[in-house]
Amino acid sequence: MWLTSKLKQVLLVIKPGKVTLNYPAESRPVPEGFRGQPAWDHTKCIGCGGCANHCPARTILTRDICPEIRILFYDGARCTYCGRCADVCPEKAIVMSPDFELATGDRNDITQSLELFMLTCQRCGRCYDLEIKNAIDKLDLRGYRYDSLEARTVIRTTSDRFAPRLLEATEAYRRPDRIGD
Amino acid sequence: MLAKLARKAFPKSLWLYHCNSGACNGCDIEILNVLTPYYDVERFGIKLVGSPRHADVMLLSGAVTRPTFPLVKRAYAAMPGPKLVFGVGSCALGGGCWFDTYNVTGGGATAIPIDYYIPGCPPRPEAIVYGVALALGLVDKKAAPVELKQVEFPIDAQLRTKAWEERNVIYKLLRD
Repeated sequence: MWLTSKLKQVLLVIKPGKVTLNYPAESRPVPEGFRGQPAWDHTKCIGCGGCANHCPARTILTRDICPEIRILFYDGARCTYCGRCADVCPEKAIVMSPDFELATGDRNDITQSLELFMLTCQRCGRCYDLEIKNAIDKLDLRGYRYDSLEARTVIRTTSDRFAPRLLEATEAYRRPDRIGD
Repeated sequence: MLAKLARKAFPKSLWLYHCNSGACNGCDIEILNVLTPYYDVERFGIKLVGSPRHADVMLLSGAVTRPTFPLVKRAYAAMPGPKLVFGVGSCALGGGCWFDTYNVTGGGATAIPIDYYIPGCPPRPEAIVYGVALALGLVDKKAAPVELKQVEFPIDAQLRTKAWEERNVIYKLLRD
């Protein structure tokens, strides 16, 4: 009995043949609608900051280094490839490319930076003042943040960064046995 | 350079230890998919082991949460050297969407040094195989930083404003 079942198993295994994809040598095309690394088109971008506003991982950082130049910085390390930036872009300057072979030894390899020239006001010759003045403006203009591109962090006001030293201190803390010791 | 070093340090089979530090199981399922016959990584001599003490390579998935933070550190310390760490998925790389939540330490790099980054949410099985092949020196790196600049834009803007001035009569009146 066991022999017939084994033979059946062997036949079952033989039927599909070899299914292994010899991956680095050959590759299958990606499925339709696959979202890989987002690709920016700097000729179309108007610098509205909508992508930075809508990014769930807050991985697109904006900063105005001077009134005329705005820098959009995309840090691919945190990107979840949700395609939200491509959806909200009014100029269709972002497309989700089918590239997925992004493995790298350096975090800088999956970054993109975009330097945009902003139009100036015809009357005063300056750009719209994006330095946030008060808390109500801050709530209103979440996309126009003043991020730290060097530290690659969103300037946050609600919570502090996780501090490992603090955790070690709390883990090592021992309650005193007696009050006054 | 790191690939060369890895080839020298790991001339034979790599044994993987799969460390889940609070992932949503998306990356874990893709890692399992890599081990199935469809993307058989045992072609490269890679084997999944249950203990970090037997492993050469750690596949870290998930944003390192506060309860798992010391455990990930201990698992890394338990691995015999030389050791490699692969960060799989956007959570292990930088924390993903949860990079600033109260219970997330902000990616694997805060706990242990990560040698190879495999971005994706979750990364495709091909992407994980690609990362492993990159570490073994079988493929070349494709990712490169992109810097885009709008150089022609101010000239366009100037021409546009000039044309606008010519179209508008009020400027002529002001000039006269």
